[in-house]
Amino acid sequence: MENNVMLSVKDLKKYFPTPGGMLHAVDGVTFDIQKGTTLGVVGESGCGKSTLGRVVLHLHNSTGGQIFFEGKDITHVSKAELHELRKQMQIIFQDPFSSIDPRMSVKQLIAEPLQIYKLTKSKEELEKKVKETMDIVGLASRLADSYAHELDGGRRQRIGIGRAIILNPSFIVCDEPVSALDVSIQAQILNLMQDLQEERKLTYIFVTHNLSVVKHISTDIMVMYLGCTVEKANANELFHHQYHPYTKALISAIPHVDPDDDTKRILLKGELTSPINPKNACRFAPRCNYACEKCHCEVPPLEEVAPGHFVACHRVREINGL
Amino acid sequence: MRENELLSVEDLEVKFFLRKSTVEAVNGVSFTIDKGESVGLVGETGAGKTTTALSILGLVPNPPGKVTKGAIYLNGEDLLKTPEKEMRKIRGNDIAMIFQDPMTSLNPVMTVGDQIMEVVRLHNDMTKEQAMKRAVEMLELVGIPGERYAEFPHQFSGGMKQRVLIAISLACNPKLLIADEPTSALDVTIQAQVLDLIAGLKEKFNTSLLLITHDLGVVAETCDRVMIMYAGSIVESGPVRSVYKNMKHPYTVGLFNSLPRLDVETDRLEPIKGMMPDPTNLPAGCAFCERCPYATERCKTERPVLTEVEDGHFVACFNPMNKEG
Repeated sequence: MENNVMLSVKDLKKYFPTPGGMLHAVDGVTFDIQKGTTLGVVGESGCGKSTLGRVVLHLHNSTGGQIFFEGKDITHVSKAELHELRKQMQIIFQDPFSSIDPRMSVKQLIAEPLQIYKLTKSKEELEKKVKETMDIVGLASRLADSYAHELDGGRRQRIGIGRAIILNPSFIVCDEPVSALDVSIQAQILNLMQDLQEERKLTYIFVTHNLSVVKHISTDIMVMYLGCTVEKANANELFHHQYHPYTKALISAIPHVDPDDDTKRILLKGELTSPINPKNACRFAPRCNYACEKCHCEVPPLEEVAPGHFVACHRVREINGL
Repeated sequence: MRENELLSVEDLEVKFFLRKSTVEAVNGVSFTIDKGESVGLVGETGAGKTTTALSILGLVPNPPGKVTKGAIYLNGEDLLKTPEKEMRKIRGNDIAMIFQDPMTSLNPVMTVGDQIMEVVRLHNDMTKEQAMKRAVEMLELVGIPGERYAEFPHQFSGGMKQRVLIAISLACNPKLLIADEPTSALDVTIQAQVLDLIAGLKEKFNTSLLLITHDLGVVAETCDRVMIMYAGSIVESGPVRSVYKNMKHPYTVGLFNSLPRLDVETDRLEPIKGMMPDPTNLPAGCAFCERCPYATERCKTERPVLTEVEDGHFVACFNPMNKEG
C-alpha cells in the first residue's frame, strides 16, 4: 500500500436490524484518504454519511468490509488496541449543545481526554496543556471555569474541537461541525479547522449536508445516496463536472446567492426511498429522470469515467455524451 | 397609506422584561409590504426576526414580552389596537404563518385532513362535507394525494409535513403569509421542491410573503425585496438585486464574506470579528460598532437611522460602503 494513505476503507458495510428488516445504512463504500487532506462526505439526511464516520472510528461495529489505518488492518481490534487507536483518531460532533456534559467546566472538559490516557505527570502540566489548547482553539482563559450553558454555540464547538485535538491525533472525523452555527460563527470555526489542519498535518473526514461548506474545505468529495457512493472526485472537478443525475440535482438545488444567476433547478421527483431491505437495483432509480429498465434490476458499479472521477450509474456515458 | 400597501409596521419596539434585566429584542423597526410582494427578512440567531413576525400576529408571549411602542397596520387597521377576539379572526384568515419546524407544528393525534378542515371551518361558514372537500383540494394543491387525508403526521416525511403546513396556512386564502425558516429543517432537494411550491402558490393567489431566513441564497431566489436585521434593528433594506450587488452596510458585507460560495473561489473566509452584542445591554450608538472595521467616534454615541441611498435602498450607517469597498 502507498505510504501516503492515512485511511483506507474497502467495501465497508453497516446494517442495522429493525423490526421491518435489515436497514442498510452503509452498503459497500470504498475510499482512500491521503495524509493531510480532507475527504468531504455529502448527502441528504438518511444517506448514511454519519454512520460511515462512526463505523470508521469503531463507534459502531462494521457488518462487513475492511478498514486500514496507516496501512494496518483495524477492522477487528481488541478493546485495548482500540483504546490506543483513539489517541490517533478523534471525532468532532454536530451538536455542541448536546455533546458536552453540562456539569463539567470548560477546563474539565478539555482536560478529560488527557486524564483518561494519563498523559500528564503532574497537575501543573495538565493545567498548562489545557491552557495551551484553549489558546489554540480560541477560548479566552477567563472562560476556564464556565459551564457549557453559559457559552454560545461557537464557543461550545471550540470546546469540542479542543477535546478532539488535545491528544494530538492525526485523523479527525468531523460530523456536521458547523451545521448548528450562524454563518459568521461558522466561518470562524471553518477557518480554525483549516489552520489546525495546516499546522498539524491533520487528515479530516468532513461529513456534512452543506455543499458550499464541503466545497470550501475538502480536497476530495464523495457523494452518498442511501448508503452507497454515487460519485467521487476531486472537489474542484466535482463542482465543475457532475456526471451522476443525483449529484447534478443536488448541486442545482442549492439556492444561488447571486440574484443574476438564473440557472434552472433540476427538480427531483418524490423523496428518499426506504433503506430497509433495498432492492438489488440503483438506489436512486425511483427518483431519477433517466432511469431505464436496467437501473431497476441491477446495482451500478463505481466506474472511473474521467481521471480520478468515479461514478456509479448505468447510463453515465449516454447521459453525459462521454 | 399607499394604494398598493398591505402591511405597514411603524417604529415597532418589543422588549422582554426578565427578573433582572430587559431584553431589547426589536428596536424601532419600520417596513411595509405591498400586495403580492415577497420580502425577505434576514439575520442571525437572536436578531429579532421571529419576534418581529410574532408581533404582527399579536403572539409575543406576554409576560415576559411586550410591544412597547409602534403600530402595525394591515389594510389601514392597527393590529396592536385590535381586541384579541378580532385578532383570532385575522390569524389564519388574513395573516397565516408557517413555522420553522414541521415536526412539532402539527398535532400528532389528529389526521392531517382534520387539521386542514379545522382552519377552514373556523373561518368559513361551511358544512363538514364542504370543508372536507376543501381540505382534499388543498392537499392536492401542495402535491399530496387526496387519499392520504385520513393519515396522521407521523406517517409523513419532513418535506410532506411542511407541505401540509403550507396547505393549512393557505386554506383560507390569506393576504399575508409569514414563513419563518420554512425550509431550514429540510434537505436541499426537498427545499427546492418546497420553495418552488410556495412561489407557485403565491403567484396563483397573489399572496404577500414575509420570508424569514438566515439563508441569503433562499432570499435571492424567492424575494423581491430584502431586509437585513441585526440586534433588533433593520440595518439595510432594498430590492434584492440592489442590496446583493451594491451592499452598503458593513454588517451585510461581513455576512456575505462569511459565506462559503459555490460560484466564487476563496481559500479563506473572512468572518465578522467578535459576537453579537448582549441584547440586555445594547451599546448607546450603532449596535454593530464594536465589530465594525470602519467605526468612528460618532458611531459609538449616536444611533444611525435608515436613510435612502439609492432608489428604494436604505441603510442605517454613518459611513456606508461604496461599490469599490
